[in-house]
Amino acid sequence: MSITIKVNGVDRSVPAEPDTPLLYVLRNDLALNGAKFGCGAAQCGACTVLVGGRAVRSCITEVGSIGNDEVTTIEGLGTIEKPHPLQKAFMGEQAAQCGYCINGMIMSAKELLDRTPHPTEEDVRQGLAQNFCRCGTHGRIIRAVLRAANGAGRT
Amino acid sequence: MNAPMLSRREFGKAAGALVLAFSLCPETVLGQAPALPGSLANNRMLDAWLRINADGSATILAGKVELGQGILTAFSQIAAEELDLPLTRIKIMSGDTARTPDEGHTSGSQSIEFGGLAIRLACAEARSLLIEQAAKRFNTTADKLTVADGVISASDGKKVGYGELASELDLHRQVTAKVAPKSPDKHKIIGTSAPRLDIPAKVTGGQAYVQDMRLPGMLHGRIVRPLRYGAKLESVDEVKAKALPGVVAVVRDGSFLGVVAEREEQAIKARHVLNETAKWSGGIDLPEPAKLFEHLETSRAQTTVVSEKKGDVPANVRVFEAAYTKPYMAHASIGPSCAVAEFKDGTMTVWTHSQGVFPLKRDIVKALKMDPASVRCIHAEGSGCYGHNGADDVALDAALLARVTQGRPVRLQWMRDDEFAWEPYGAAMLVRAKAALSADGRIVDWNYDVWSNTHSTRPNAPEGANNLLASWYLSEPRHPGAPTNIPQPAGGSDRNAVPLYDFPNQRIINHLVIDMPLRVSALRTLGAYHNVFASESFIDELAIAANADPVAFRLAHLKDPRARAVIEAAAKKAGWKPGEKGDGTKGRGVAFAKYKNLSAYVAVVVELEVDRQSGRIKVPRVVAATDSGQIINPDGLTNQIEGGIIQSTSWTLHEAVRFDRNGITSRDWSTYPILTMPEVPNGEVELIDRPSEKSLGSGEASQGPTVAAIANAFANATGKRLRDLPFDAARVKAALA
Repeated sequence: MSITIKVNGVDRSVPAEPDTPLLYVLRNDLALNGAKFGCGAAQCGACTVLVGGRAVRSCITEVGSIGNDEVTTIEGLGTIEKPHPLQKAFMGEQAAQCGYCINGMIMSAKELLDRTPHPTEEDVRQGLAQNFCRCGTHGRIIRAVLRAANGAGRT
Repeated sequence: MNAPMLSRREFGKAAGALVLAFSLCPETVLGQAPALPGSLANNRMLDAWLRINADGSATILAGKVELGQGILTAFSQIAAEELDLPLTRIKIMSGDTARTPDEGHTSGSQSIEFGGLAIRLACAEARSLLIEQAAKRFNTTADKLTVADGVISASDGKKVGYGELASELDLHRQVTAKVAPKSPDKHKIIGTSAPRLDIPAKVTGGQAYVQDMRLPGMLHGRIVRPLRYGAKLESVDEVKAKALPGVVAVVRDGSFLGVVAEREEQAIKARHVLNETAKWSGGIDLPEPAKLFEHLETSRAQTTVVSEKKGDVPANVRVFEAAYTKPYMAHASIGPSCAVAEFKDGTMTVWTHSQGVFPLKRDIVKALKMDPASVRCIHAEGSGCYGHNGADDVALDAALLARVTQGRPVRLQWMRDDEFAWEPYGAAMLVRAKAALSADGRIVDWNYDVWSNTHSTRPNAPEGANNLLASWYLSEPRHPGAPTNIPQPAGGSDRNAVPLYDFPNQRIINHLVIDMPLRVSALRTLGAYHNVFASESFIDELAIAANADPVAFRLAHLKDPRARAVIEAAAKKAGWKPGEKGDGTKGRGVAFAKYKNLSAYVAVVVELEVDRQSGRIKVPRVVAATDSGQIINPDGLTNQIEGGIIQSTSWTLHEAVRFDRNGITSRDWSTYPILTMPEVPNGEVELIDRPSEKSLGSGEASQGPTVAAIANAFANATGKRLRDLPFDAARVKAALA
């Protein structure tokens, strides 16, 4: 069985059954580290990616349901050398401790900023309400998203 | 360091050559060696700590590991400072039983104090040896030479780089620890907020975690566990599971059950089938949750007097009593525990996010009955652990699976319910406090009893025992080590039970409860979170009874100038107004602790709001002042203090492991809720830098003061006292009814 999906701008054919959670295809077939397994039940947000521009939980999204929608992962946003404004802002604010949740924070924030380019602090808090962080880095994450929105993260 | 995991070839290269460096020197064996400070004490060879490379860089070898606290960045700063190298020319390797020093566990906020000190002294000594070597080469004396950026210069213009000298200099020698590190006024890198080395990879999808490892031919494993602790596996339909696509092996050893498959989702499907067909029997009954604290107080216990002070008690005292409880709490890492194991050519290699690769190795060796020389544990970062979570257990699980896969490595990540139901929890605790207040408003007698299970059942169990979960379920089952308490002054369940205040009479008793119906071990702060909650709440109750301002009342009982300074700084920054009363829904509270009575001083002021209808508490603002002695990285320290405040707010408002007589019922985030983004307080942290004082551990220093300040702010707001954790809506409504 083989399925073709478009990930970060490139068509990729993967040997997965249609009911395979997108998360495992991204991590194991495509060697993309960003999306993380956290709960397998769409509760924590660590596995968040964009599908057709919408933030989805890849741990419960079947790869067979993607169709022609493009998948964007954190690797598709930018690189260490050329970071996306959000990635740059997270580095600038040193907004990570263990960092395991950060993929989900950035991908959920990407959707938020695409929809609401100039959010208030409350907008950011609500936008990330379903993304859990355990180290207590929330304050820095909020500041990083606001910094990216205000352009301080841009070059 | 930006790529924290080395390729396997690099891992392999280092293995054999370095074994010599870790054999104990003869003097140590004879017990004649002079005591060395910090982690040098048990790792006495200079080349155990660092190498100078031919390209002029230095490689630091650390036994302490990165847990997301930024320790490897701080170590790199220390090394760069003492070696006079730029940060970019420091490489760091950590936690590898074949190549780094054994520094036990990375725990207890001790890495800067012990590991950092060792690296500092080793690097200072190496720099001095490099200068001596250059002096020989230039036929001059060391005092005529200067060093900058790893280049040693003579006054006549001759220069030589560290890289050139490296081949002439044998660092395989004993550390003397006699070369003084740089004085603080010379520091250029220590004390600066160097950006964390690991963050760029973590925000761009780089390979950063053991979860991200992909070895050639790697398989995926999953484990099947019963609902009840100690249940026996009677039967399971292995044939049905083996027939599923991609399944390579079903591994059953006694009541240990696991599966290995080609693809991760195939292993998960097979786990589901095994779960559905497994028949379990027996297992232990848990206590009635509603009677948990009666159970604790009446169970078998070892009772010890922790601290006793006897003086005169004046007449006309008023006596007060209170009891405080804390439930079991979970580490609840965002990423379930994970390990990769490979059994090849008779050697078992395990990549693990354990906090202690050496202690883990010892228990793996015992469980697998292998030769210690054939087992290697290598640290690779995982999701934040906050103490002893499932990291060590999953490492043995993975090794048990890898034994049957003919050399193919196995990656095993626990599912969410594995982590919640099987991790060792932070122990439930009960405190009973009784104090006497004199007519002039001073505490003249302080009695304090704490009941709790142990707070550490980490790997490295005594001979004959094993502290890894799977070992208890094998066909030849091992048993866990007997519970012990970490002795004072650090303490375990009695950590921070001895007040830092100056009371003329005090008696502190620890009741180490022996029976452990729920599995427990180290959760960040051990007993300190609850002991600071209980004692700093009780102090507040006494201040109110004495009609005194809580800040002034604390200062009146406290001589330590550094303790006084953090309380004063936090009060000032928060705009504390003495005697300010809450209005029924809003209030503020203060609390203080010196973590372990040995580490960082932290005072916290909390502003709190309570919705009396819903019972929901909101903590909009938390102000903290911290004295951690000499600060290595101010932003890193701030991040730790902020994190502790937020994590403690989550513990305090929401967290309790749920269970019934049959087993654990907290199995996902809906049954173990934590603080969410909209509820998170804004934290403001003031750092008091004391460059001439030794650095004090800070990773667990703000949690205790935060819970107590929340309790005190609630009392200030409402006039009601919350003494049972967590302060969830039901408790709040009951208190206000």
